[in-house]
Amino acid sequence: MDATILTARQIRDAFRSGDLSAAEATEVSLAAIERLDPVVKAFLSLDPAGARRRAARLDRRRAQGGPLGMLAGVPVAVKDNMCTDDGQATTCASRILEGWKAPYNAHVVERLLAEDAVIVGKTNLDEFAMGSSTENSGFFTTRNPWHTGYVPGGSSGGSAAAVASRMVPVALGSDTGGSIRQPAALCGVVGMKPTYGRVSRYGLVAFASSLDQIGPFARTVEDAALLLQAIAGHDPRDSTSAPEPAPDYLAALQEPIEGLRIGLPKEFFGEGLDPEVEQMVREAIGAYEAAGARVVEIDLPHVTDIAIATYYIVATSEASSNLARYDGVHYGYRSSGHTDMIDMYMRTRAEGFGEEVKRRIMLGTYALSAGYYDAYYKKALQVRRLIRQDFEAAFRRVDCIMGPTSPTAAFRVGERASDPLAMYLSDVYTVSANLAAIAGISVPCGFTAAGLPVGLQILSDVFTEDRLLRIARMHECRTDWAARVPPVCEGAS
Amino acid sequence: MTPDDLVPTIGLEVHMHLATRTKLFCGCRVEYDARPNSRCCPVCLGMPGVLPVMNEKAVELAVRMALALGCTIPDLAKWDRKHYYYPDLPKNYQISEYDQPLGVGGHMDIPVEGGTKRIGIIRVHLEEDAGKLMHAEGGGNTSVVDLNRTGTPLLEIVSQPDLSSAEEVRAYSTALRQLAVYLGVGQCNMQLGQMRFEPNISLRIGTGPDGKPRYTPIAEIKNLNSFRSVERAVAFEIARHREEYAADPEGYTLERRGKETRGWNDEEGVTFLQRSKEEAHDYRYFPEPDLVPLVPDRQWVEAIRRTVPELPEARQRRFMADYGLPEYDAHVLTADREVADFFEALAALTKDAKAASNWVMQDVMRILNELKVGITEIRIEPGDVAAVSDMVYSEKINRATGSQVLQIIVDTGKSAEEIVSEENLAQTSDAGTLEAIVEKVIADNPGPAADYRGGKKAAIGRLMGEAMKASGGKANPQVVRSLLEEKLGG
Repeated sequence: MDATILTARQIRDAFRSGDLSAAEATEVSLAAIERLDPVVKAFLSLDPAGARRRAARLDRRRAQGGPLGMLAGVPVAVKDNMCTDDGQATTCASRILEGWKAPYNAHVVERLLAEDAVIVGKTNLDEFAMGSSTENSGFFTTRNPWHTGYVPGGSSGGSAAAVASRMVPVALGSDTGGSIRQPAALCGVVGMKPTYGRVSRYGLVAFASSLDQIGPFARTVEDAALLLQAIAGHDPRDSTSAPEPAPDYLAALQEPIEGLRIGLPKEFFGEGLDPEVEQMVREAIGAYEAAGARVVEIDLPHVTDIAIATYYIVATSEASSNLARYDGVHYGYRSSGHTDMIDMYMRTRAEGFGEEVKRRIMLGTYALSAGYYDAYYKKALQVRRLIRQDFEAAFRRVDCIMGPTSPTAAFRVGERASDPLAMYLSDVYTVSANLAAIAGISVPCGFTAAGLPVGLQILSDVFTEDRLLRIARMHECRTDWAARVPPVCEGAS
Repeated sequence: MTPDDLVPTIGLEVHMHLATRTKLFCGCRVEYDARPNSRCCPVCLGMPGVLPVMNEKAVELAVRMALALGCTIPDLAKWDRKHYYYPDLPKNYQISEYDQPLGVGGHMDIPVEGGTKRIGIIRVHLEEDAGKLMHAEGGGNTSVVDLNRTGTPLLEIVSQPDLSSAEEVRAYSTALRQLAVYLGVGQCNMQLGQMRFEPNISLRIGTGPDGKPRYTPIAEIKNLNSFRSVERAVAFEIARHREEYAADPEGYTLERRGKETRGWNDEEGVTFLQRSKEEAHDYRYFPEPDLVPLVPDRQWVEAIRRTVPELPEARQRRFMADYGLPEYDAHVLTADREVADFFEALAALTKDAKAASNWVMQDVMRILNELKVGITEIRIEPGDVAAVSDMVYSEKINRATGSQVLQIIVDTGKSAEEIVSEENLAQTSDAGTLEAIVEKVIADNPGPAADYRGGKKAAIGRLMGEAMKASGGKANPQVVRSLLEEKLGG
C-alpha cells in the first residue's frame, strides 16, 4: 500500500489492525523526506535513527498485545520552536539557538510520545515564528510544494509544506497571528489555531506569550481533530492553560450542524483582497448556504487595520521581553571577540538575531519604554478588549465567522522580503483571532489559475473547537481538494 | 537654614526571603549550602519555552506578613516583568508586582526614646530573587554565576519616608525581622543574605516659596545586608548630605539633582555613586503574560488572618494590663514568642504574675543564654517552674534554692520534688536548729554584731549571709532575720 496517501487516522488504524507496521509507515515518511525535502526544504533537522528505534519498539509492543495510543505509528513533524529532548536541536530557525539542545520535552511533545506518534523531524519557520513566509528563517527558505518558486507562508511554513507534500500526514505548528492558518491556506492543507489556553504552551519557545497557541496541520479535518485530541487539555505547568477537559473532537465530527448561522463581516472582504481568492471563498460560503446554512452580514468594527496595529504592538512588546534571555551568557550563541560584558551582550544579539527579529525587538522595546507605555502598550490592550467585544457580540448572533484566510494566494520568494509592512498586512484576517483568543481554522477551498491553493478561514468562539471542526468537515466532505497532489510529489517543481 | 537643621527623611525597602521549601515559580528546593548550580531546573534557569507556576505557600506567607503589618489585601494583585540585563538574572527580567501589589497601606510601630513611633508601610509585594555573581579573585576578566538562589521567593516591604535617623532605621529593621521570625514568614538570617536593605535618604531643607517642602537629592543605597551596615550607611549619608548642602545650598536640591543610586563600601565605611539620574534604568514594566493575576479568596485571607498570632507590641501592652507587669518585664518576655507563651502558661499555674515573670527572666532566660538555645529546646516545662515557685511560696525551700532546683531540672530532667528530697534541700525553719546557728554567728562575728547594736542596721546583712552559709543555704531567711534581731536586741 502507498502509505503516503494515507491519513494519520488510516495509518493508526492500519497499524492497530496489523495491515501496516510502524516501521513501514516510518520508512515511507523518511523516504518521502529524502526524495522531496532537498527541493521543499521543510525540515531543519531529522531524526531517522530515533524514529526507526521508536517504530521498532511500537511494532514489538503491538506484537506483544500492549496498549497503543491514538497516534500509534503515525509519523509526525514538529515545528522547531517546540522543545524536544531527543538529541535534535531546538533552534527556532535562529542562529542564536543554533545547536541548542533542550533538556526537556514540550508538553505537546510529551503528549505525542504518550500517544505513540513517531517524531521524524523538526520543521523550518520564520526566525522565532516572526514572519509570514519562512524567508526570515536564519537557515533557509522553505518552498511551496505547489510551486517551488513561491513561499509556503509562515511562520509554520515548514510544517505546512511537509504535510502538503505528504512527507508526513500531520504536523504541529504554532500560531501567534496566523502562523498556522496562513501557511495552511498557502499550502492547501487544514490548519487550526485552537482557543488560547486549549493547548499547553509549556516548552513552546515564546514569541508573544498572550497570543501564542499550538495547533495541528493535516490534510483532512479528521486528522486535525485527531491531532488536537492528542495535545489538548489542562497542563498545570502552564498557568494560562484552560482547566476544562477537552471534549471528544471526533465523536460528532461527521454530523453536519443543522441551521448553521454563518457571519460574514464586511471587514474581511475589503480593499486588498485578491479577486480570485474572494471568488473562491464566496463560492465555498455559497455551498454552505446551498446546504441550508444561513448567512448573516455582521460588523466587526475594530477588526481592521487597527487590529494589525494592535497586534504588532502587543506581539512585539512581549517578544522584546521574551527574547531578552538570548544574551550569550547561559546557552546558545555567544559572540567571540568581545571586550567586556556589555559588548558581549551587544555583539551576541547583533550577530545572533536576524533583521526581522531585531526590528520587532526594537519596536517592542520602544512601545514598553517609560513615557510611551500608555500611548502604545496600554492603548493596545484597550483596543484588544474592543476586538474581543466585537467577536462576543458577533457570536451571540452567529455560530461561526467565515472569510479568506489570507488576502492573496502564495507569493513569490523574495517578492515581499524588502517590504515588511506589506508582509504585516498579509496577516490582516488572522491576527484578530489571536487578539480575541478565539479558535480558527483554515481549510482548502480551491486553486488559483496559477495552481496555487486558497484557504477558507472559519472562526468560532472560545472553546468551541468541536463545533468548528464539524463546520469545517461539512465543507470538506463536499470537495475533493484534499485528494489533489502537489506537483512536487510527481517530480515536477 | 543651617546644615544641622536639615531633617533626615528616610524610607526603607526591605527584602526578605520567605521560609518556603521550594522556589517561587518552580519546584526546586531553596537551599543555602548546596553545590553551586545544583538546585536549578529549566524554569529557574530561564531556558527557552519554560513557564512560571506560582508557589501558593509563598503567597500565603506574604499575605500573612502583610496582614500582620496592618495592610489591606486588594482583590487583585498582578505580576509584572521588570527588565534589566545582568548575568545573575537568566531571563533578563525579574517577575515582580509593579502597580498592583498584594498588600497596601500598613504600619509598624517602633520603639523610640520616650515612646513609640508609627512608620507607614506603603506596600508589600512578592518577587523572585536573582542568582549570585562571583567575580574571579585577583582581578581576572571572567566571572562565575551560581543560580541556586535564582527564583527564591522575596518579600519586599516598602516604608513611607517616615524614618528620621540611623537609629530609627535600625529599630525599624530589627522590628521587621522580629515580626517575620515571630510569624514564621522568614528566617531572616543575615549571613545567608535572607534579609537585605535599600534605604532612600533625603534631607528636608525647609519650605520653598511655593509653600511645599524642599529636599536634598534622594540617595538610594543598594544591597546592604546587615543591621550594622544599614545603620552606618544611613548615618554616613546624612552627614554627607549635610556637607554637600553646606557647600552648595542652592544647587544641592532634589529638583536640580534628582535621585541617584549609591553603593556601600563596608571596609572604608563610605557610600559611592553608582548611577545618577541620567543613567537611571528604564525597567519597561509590563504585565507578566505567563501568569494569571492573583485574586485572593476572601475566606482564604481571613483564614490566614486567624493564624496571625498576637504581635509582640500588642502582647507587651496586654502583659502590662492583664498581669500588672512593669514595662521592662513585658518587653523582655514578649521579644520571643515561645518565651511569651511559656510565661503565660506559667502565670496561669501560679498566683503571682510578677513572681512568674521573675522566674522566667532571672532563671529560665539565664539558662537559655548560657546554653544558647531556645526555650523549647531545654528540659523544662511551665509546670516545673510552677512547682518550684509553689515550694518557695509555701516556704518549703527558699528562693535561692529554687534557682538551684531549676538548674538541676534542666540538667537531669528530674522533677522538683525528687530533687528537693534527694538533695535534701528543704528549707529549715525549725527555731531550735536555727537558734544555735544564729548564736554561733553572733559569737564568731563580734564586729558586725557591735555595729548593729551601735545603730548600723545594715550590718545585719553580713550576719544573715554567714548564717545562711552555715545552714548550707537551706535556712528560712525570714526566721534567721527575726532570730538575729531578737538576739541582738533589735
